[in-house]
Amino acid sequence: MGTTNAPAGAGDFALEARGLTKVFGGFAAVKDVNLAVRRGAIHALIGPNGAGKTTCFNLLTKTLQPTAGTILFEGEDISALRTADVARRGLVRSFQISATFPHLTVLENVRVALQSDYGRAYQFWRSLKAVEPLNKRAMQLLEEVGLAGSAHLTATELSYGKKRAMEIATTLALEPRVMLLDEPTAGMGHEDVEPITDLIRRAAQGRTVVIVEHNLSVVSSLCDRITVLQHGEVLTEGTYAEVSTNPDVVTAYMGGVDES
Amino acid sequence: MTRWPMLLALLAVALVAPTVVYPVLLMTVLSFIVFACSFNLLLGYAGLLCFGHAMFFGGAAYVTGWFLKTTGASIEIGILVGGLSAAALGLLVGLVAVKRSGIQFAMITFAISQFVYFVLLQAPFTGGEDGLQRIPRTALLGVVDVSKSGSLYYVVLGFTVLAVLFFYRVVHSPFGEILKAIRDNEARVESLGFRPERFKLIAFVISAGMAGVAGGLKAVAFQIATLTDVSWTVSGEVILMTLLGGLGTLAGPMVGAVIIIGLNDFLSQFGEWSLISQGVIMLVVIIFLRRGVVGEIDAFLRRKKVAPAR
Repeated sequence: MGTTNAPAGAGDFALEARGLTKVFGGFAAVKDVNLAVRRGAIHALIGPNGAGKTTCFNLLTKTLQPTAGTILFEGEDISALRTADVARRGLVRSFQISATFPHLTVLENVRVALQSDYGRAYQFWRSLKAVEPLNKRAMQLLEEVGLAGSAHLTATELSYGKKRAMEIATTLALEPRVMLLDEPTAGMGHEDVEPITDLIRRAAQGRTVVIVEHNLSVVSSLCDRITVLQHGEVLTEGTYAEVSTNPDVVTAYMGGVDES
Repeated sequence: MTRWPMLLALLAVALVAPTVVYPVLLMTVLSFIVFACSFNLLLGYAGLLCFGHAMFFGGAAYVTGWFLKTTGASIEIGILVGGLSAAALGLLVGLVAVKRSGIQFAMITFAISQFVYFVLLQAPFTGGEDGLQRIPRTALLGVVDVSKSGSLYYVVLGFTVLAVLFFYRVVHSPFGEILKAIRDNEARVESLGFRPERFKLIAFVISAGMAGVAGGLKAVAFQIATLTDVSWTVSGEVILMTLLGGLGTLAGPMVGAVIIIGLNDFLSQFGEWSLISQGVIMLVVIIFLRRGVVGEIDAFLRRKKVAPAR
């Protein structure tokens, strides 16, 4: 999967970074990174600790503003936009730490995302009946991730794996064209990794996914394209087979007693 | 559903209360209920700790008093004008403050409230240290005489009931849902395409406006507006009421207001002891009642409900 038959040309790439650089007080966490994510691909960013994966990710999602360089989303320059703006355009991120609304119910968690496009979010004078039409879609999304039975639990009551599934449902609620996932299996027990990987694979259907991931078996089974970062720069890019046999990558990982 | 009989019982108690308790004390309690609810909307549902909420409460008391004295308009108009003026002030303060959060937000609101205090001390219409005195209790809707405390009480009660219903609506609205989400995880809300600071600004304006209504109610109840109502101690008191009663619960701030005002009234005969008792209460809340009175009762009932099932 992942390969699409989109027409060739500039439209081939859903997300592009050109000369992306981020400097924190003199330290360049990301240096001149060029990245092109093909439409419909599942593209991984990997690298040893401190390689600049998370900074790079935060730049792509507009959580951080780049020091230099441009970011193109479907050909449009989004370098100067904010997270909320790019989210409305269809570029939506997830978070490494479980990004739930713990005091809301599972259904409400998803409904918050659905409200994004519903135009009633500022209506403080109306009852919640005004957003009840969204419940049906929310339940659909929860069914897709296998949480329909937990819809009325408070989010804190969910297990870690289920929280991540709920987050994915929340992200999917925005019908993103590009999904950016920050270490979706981080801190997860073995029994949860497989279902979440499956879930991401299903969620990626018809979408482009950029994923930062530590778990290399997840990367190998999920991703079409892998960019390896080291010291804030692109070390190499290719398929898993290409990347995993690249001697530089092997050295980077083996000698990778990097600062974390 | 099971709450309705309790609420009706509470309303019945409120209706007959003036036959037992001094009406001015009751009106103080009611105005502080509205005030504490407005504060709770901010801290409990938007996660914003305003450490200068008295500027809206006390400021509006002056505006209501001054407006009623100079125009002689009917009493409900005076109270609403107080609320609107506080909402306008809230918009100005909010524009500066909501971009910050946590301790910065608290300190900015505190600084502005101290500034407002100073302005009100110096302004010609406030009567300085003496306060704005002899605020008239004009007729309700221009016809119903409410100059006696016994009848004014019902006006204040009416406003309070409407205010509490309004708070309930705001919290259980599409807007309230997003607000709670922002309190829980602001970065995530932003990543879903919302502008959190706009929601916080609206919540701040609503909260300030309702604190103003509370101040207006207090002004007509006491027929005086004083600097005390704008002082930082009142800002602190409303925090105490909300935390004591239970943050982020609808009933919490009401219970907190009843307890604190009741205690203040009871302990006033012992002078400084009322302050010491507040300190002790604060400690007890922090150590034993993290969730506040209502929060702890809620948690207890939930445990009881769950226990037999297991």
